[in-house]
Amino acid sequence: MLSIILSRLGQATFVLLLVALVSFSMFRFVGDPASNMLGQEASQAEREALKDRIGLNDPLPVQYARFVGNALQGDFGLSYRTREPVADMIASRLPATLELALVSALMALTMGVLLGVYTAINRNGWLAQMIMSTSLVGVSLPTFLIGVLLIWVFAVELSWLPSFGRSGTVDIGGWTTGLLTLDGWKSLVLPAVTLGLYQMTLIMRLVRAEMMEVLRQDFIKFARARGLSERRVQFGHALKNTLVPVITVAGLQLGSIVAFAIITESVFQWPGVGLMFINAVYYVDIPVMSAYLLLVGLVFVVINLIVDLLYLAIDPRIKSKQVGAGS
Amino acid sequence: MSALEVRDLTVEFPTRRGVLRALDGVSFDVEQGEILGLVGESGAGKSMTGAALMGLLEPPGRIVGGSIHLHGESVVGRAQEFRGRHFGMVFQDPLTSLNPLKTIGAQLIETIQWHFNLGAQQAELRARNALAEVGLDPDRLNAYPHEFSGGMRQRVVVALALSAEPAVLIADEPTTALDVSIQAQILDLLKALCRERNTAVILITHDMGVVAQTTDRVGVMYAGRLIEIGQTDQIINRPAHPYTQGLMASTPTLAGDVSTDLYQIAGSMPRLDAIPAGCAFNPRCTHVMPKCRSERPPMTGGRACWLEATHD
Repeated sequence: MLSIILSRLGQATFVLLLVALVSFSMFRFVGDPASNMLGQEASQAEREALKDRIGLNDPLPVQYARFVGNALQGDFGLSYRTREPVADMIASRLPATLELALVSALMALTMGVLLGVYTAINRNGWLAQMIMSTSLVGVSLPTFLIGVLLIWVFAVELSWLPSFGRSGTVDIGGWTTGLLTLDGWKSLVLPAVTLGLYQMTLIMRLVRAEMMEVLRQDFIKFARARGLSERRVQFGHALKNTLVPVITVAGLQLGSIVAFAIITESVFQWPGVGLMFINAVYYVDIPVMSAYLLLVGLVFVVINLIVDLLYLAIDPRIKSKQVGAGS
Repeated sequence: MSALEVRDLTVEFPTRRGVLRALDGVSFDVEQGEILGLVGESGAGKSMTGAALMGLLEPPGRIVGGSIHLHGESVVGRAQEFRGRHFGMVFQDPLTSLNPLKTIGAQLIETIQWHFNLGAQQAELRARNALAEVGLDPDRLNAYPHEFSGGMRQRVVVALALSAEPAVLIADEPTTALDVSIQAQILDLLKALCRERNTAVILITHDMGVVAQTTDRVGVMYAGRLIEIGQTDQIINRPAHPYTQGLMASTPTLAGDVSTDLYQIAGSMPRLDAIPAGCAFNPRCTHVMPKCRSERPPMTGGRACWLEATHD
């Protein structure tokens, strides 16, 4: 068990080092960092002095090692545009994105699994069929359009919810949370729904397909033959088997919720890291972009790690296979 | 009165191209402690009979006629009450019959507690006994299905099927997926357990060796109908229906001449949407008479055939 976790951790570290390499290369290949930092008017001598000072004349591996070392200590340099430390910028904006992602992920997961199970069990009922047809909309409409439609209905026409921004935040030890006030929740609802809708429909359709597949298996027939009620068979035997493949896809989807919050954050002017990234791209603010890339890489790697460990917890066959192959 | 009485059991599947009759007037009895074999080609209705008894017909299939009585109580329409508790079932493939994510103990205890009002400790004790009875180590209660071999898994399946002490056990090809050496073990186990508990057994198989070795009586099925039923010895050595005779002649024997080809019944079993009028076997029968093509022979003296009736 421990050896599996260690090997997964090793793989995760390797992936992160690769992401760091891409992040690092952005500095070298998207313009000249020295002129980016000093502006167009600086003299050649000033540029050389700066290059020497910040180590741009060192061999590449040394620069890379320094980049990784700094990143490990939370130092991503200064933003070209605002001259603020990038780490501070991210720290101040991360709570907004994480709260948004967390709420939409929870919504997508619970609703997705519930609706998926419901439509699988009552696949010929009119409500299930209606949910299935509606879910096509969720899968095929682009995120920004859903966001704009929601704003139009709930903010403009009905005036129930704010159309943009994040309000009602409370600062708890450097973490600004919007989850403690009604205002905060109100401003969170529309972006969270927009961000989670696609994932929800995807998870729902996946759960439905998997569940229907599992319900055809022999062990389900045998469980019925032992006299267990249909409900017991569905929830006691089928559901857990359904979740094994669902976890992989759901895990990756949740990663992309954090990574691709960009569009939702732009539509709703949500002050998170996605919006920060868009602005950084606009101003070619390389340190911010590269730090964002690292952050997204980290999120994906951590989620994958959790998915792998969940597998071990759920499916006993994996454990014995790994032990058999590993030792 | 027999333990299980099946009368004129008829199962139909409504489809877009018309109604398919999968079982047509099947009648038989099974006594307590008796093993009845059901044989026939694939699609003859053997498994369909088992599914109908269990109330586990795949929709849209349904029982449209006939009756099933267990100790005089009508079962049709109340299958859920009988399933597991009074009717147990063993399926063909032990590798897929068990939930891979639950320990065999959890599956046993769940089933026991479902049918009996027992506390956790009593249920576990019973589960341990059930494992011991099928020849497995009771301490392996916490093992997962994948930690057992195919034969051991079928023992677990048998323990599960018998855990609520059903009056009737339906075993649908219980050894087809197993090695020959394991087959005999599982059959002996089934036989011993059911004799001991006086369980009535319906053994569905297409293997004449299994039939000869295990069953007391045999029913032969063809195109959804029971065409001959009788003592195992009589069916194997003195089959009366031309189809059963063909079936026996096409079974290889040790004494047979290996230089000649094995006998085959000409043609193949009709599809359910094209069952001929009269006797379903008439297009393939070597003794066919005009009457066979128009009138369905009734079951008399354990066989449904005009030929035998005219001889008598």
